[in-house]
Amino acid sequence: MSRRVAICAVAQIRNEPDIWERRFQGMLLDCLEPILEGTGVTFDMDKGIRNVLTCSDDVFDARTISDNGMTDVVGAHYRGEEKIAQDALNGLGYAMACILSGHDDLILYMGHCKESQPESRNMCTNLAYDPFFCRPLGLDFLNVNALQARAYMAASGVTEAHLARVVARARAHAARNPFARENPRVTEEEVAASPLLADPLRELHVYPVTDWAFGMLLCCQERAHEFTDNPVWITGFGNSMDRYFVGDLDLTANLALKKAAERAYRMAGIRDPRAELDVVEINDACAHQLPMTAEGLGLVEAGRAGAWIQEGGPDRQHVNLSGGMLNGNPIMLGGAARAVEAVLQLRGEAGERQVPGARKALAHGSTGGAGQHQTVVILEK
Amino acid sequence: MGTRKKHRNVGVIGVGQTKHSSHREDVNQPEMVHEAVREALDDAGITLNDVDCIVHGNMELFEMIHQPDLWHALGTGAPGKSAFRLTTGGTTGATLFCAADNLVASGMYDVVMAIGFEKLQEGHTTGGITNMADPLWFRSLQTGALTGTCAYDVIQEFGEERAKKAAMIYRIIMDQHACLNPKAHRAFGLEFDQMDHLIRSSARLIGELKIIDMCSQSDGACAVILACEEKAKRAAQKPVWVRDHITVHREETFNILGYDQATEEEKTHKVAARELFKRNGITNPLEYFDVFEMYDPSSWWGLDWLRDFFQLEGDEHLRLVEDREISRTGKMPINPSGGVIASNPIGATALVRPAEAALQVRGNAGPHQIPRPVNHALASGFGGTMWTVLMMLEKELDWQEA
Repeated sequence: MSRRVAICAVAQIRNEPDIWERRFQGMLLDCLEPILEGTGVTFDMDKGIRNVLTCSDDVFDARTISDNGMTDVVGAHYRGEEKIAQDALNGLGYAMACILSGHDDLILYMGHCKESQPESRNMCTNLAYDPFFCRPLGLDFLNVNALQARAYMAASGVTEAHLARVVARARAHAARNPFARENPRVTEEEVAASPLLADPLRELHVYPVTDWAFGMLLCCQERAHEFTDNPVWITGFGNSMDRYFVGDLDLTANLALKKAAERAYRMAGIRDPRAELDVVEINDACAHQLPMTAEGLGLVEAGRAGAWIQEGGPDRQHVNLSGGMLNGNPIMLGGAARAVEAVLQLRGEAGERQVPGARKALAHGSTGGAGQHQTVVILEK
Repeated sequence: MGTRKKHRNVGVIGVGQTKHSSHREDVNQPEMVHEAVREALDDAGITLNDVDCIVHGNMELFEMIHQPDLWHALGTGAPGKSAFRLTTGGTTGATLFCAADNLVASGMYDVVMAIGFEKLQEGHTTGGITNMADPLWFRSLQTGALTGTCAYDVIQEFGEERAKKAAMIYRIIMDQHACLNPKAHRAFGLEFDQMDHLIRSSARLIGELKIIDMCSQSDGACAVILACEEKAKRAAQKPVWVRDHITVHREETFNILGYDQATEEEKTHKVAARELFKRNGITNPLEYFDVFEMYDPSSWWGLDWLRDFFQLEGDEHLRLVEDREISRTGKMPINPSGGVIASNPIGATALVRPAEAALQVRGNAGPHQIPRPVNHALASGFGGTMWTVLMMLEKELDWQEA
């Protein structure tokens, strides 16, 4: 039985506003080929890839069984294929289960989302709310996140000036990430003056519509050396669901996040996340979720997040050096983008963003309005 | 596809299902799901506090709910627990079962509840399935899950009269089973003396696929609780052990529509069964298994697939049906639950298969219990472009490693 699971390879295309010229199958092929070439892995029935995980969404693809369109490209011919239908970071937990159970040696994990395809992503996420009470109210992930932002700012003392700083910083870091969506640099004044989408969230407080795809090769401990001499180990995983009705939620309490983090920290043996983590990647779909999640993960004391932003805490603790979700990753894939960045950091392949000697990293993912479902993964060199 | 799991044993300790029906207007989705969850917990003699992780699945476009596990948290009991959502089309329920098995066997969770559901009345099933096809190449060809090709093939091979009779015998046996299952959606009370009349009079859907042959569209939910060996042995019911499972998908392109013998490819059901039996040392599946809960979307598919799953040759599968050996009291009971033709809440359907198989092994399935001991059970899921999931359940932990 394998005791640990290795990430042997990651591949991604650049995050773009609208990859109109490529179908998602082509985007995935651009991720699969470097994995095959870089690791020498094959689709041999005895020794190669026999099980594939994918992540995509039926509503955003406008296709029932959205993974059906991927099976050709990901090589799932006469093989297993299973689709993760929530934030892609959960696929790392499930891949871990497939390998630790003994059922699989190797998992190819690939995901795509073209958020540019639907007329309106808010119309899509409005469909996540029940048709009786919440959908007619017009709830969607944007305005539920806005309710959370207002509640969090009131509870934490984080101000609009702090949020502006979070956004300007994300854009500055993203400029050093060749895979990040190409966005103009913005000043804090420009953030504060951008149009209001859902009070208090402004246009620049919210991640932009983005298309992206990624791939990973995961392997049991015993065979990792066949595919890489620089493996990254998944040592902790935890996820948790929170309540559904916004009125039932404590919007600022991070209940699900704290449970997810507690589970991941326990599995990885982490006692003091602030001291032990070298790299942290947070799934910040909206600017307030960076400080709020940092509190929930135990990286900053509750109520101190405003000062933490002001005093350069995120840079000091190497939080979202990739630019984060805030700079642009598609829905569903925000957590996978965090994990891919963490792997590059631990492998020493993060270029200008490299944290010297990084050995332990955290990747965070969330699904739903106000992050109803939360996921935390610990990765180690 | 994977190989045999080896880390630790996993048992089914609780099974819950709603009554499947065409309309559940009295409940909303989370309420309907909760009925299955409640029954599974009671069946296992545990509470939600004992469950570590929930695995949820269905198809979003059937009811047009994006990420329904978020809303369903009201009925699944997921808040505060670990939660996954996996979907693979028609095979979803089986994927949930295999996922729950993997999650427990890995040691990451001790008790996992798999929940599949569908409320097809709230959407348009055939429209939803048609939407799976590639919008540029195949969508204008696809007619939901309705295809007459299987009926055509069986008729070509065995002649019209014999083929149609065999398919109708299959159909009537399934209906007789459904009549004994209080949870089944459609149970008509068909008799064998109606056979010729049904063959003549049932309305055509496509080619020789008639409306009487086809599965239902149902509202319903199913929950199955799996636990590690240590906890399973403390549950209220005797656990049913998950021996092994296999998933075999194939590429998107519908070359199953082609009749070019030169490019003929093996069916996934056949490949899955061969691999699974080989690695578990099963040389004669027809002798070994005591029940098979098969995902049979129509009587033609059910009839034809017996050959693939049991690795039969020639007309052996037809004879099995003609001799009525697939009935509850026959040599190889198929779908004592009435199967998918009777009840088909799609996201739950492939989970109902191992759920019903587990009840048969346990011996307390109810009025449709097979009247002799059931020690070894097989269950299948079907979906996508001919995708297969195959699961093996055992009464005792005494199997030999192959």
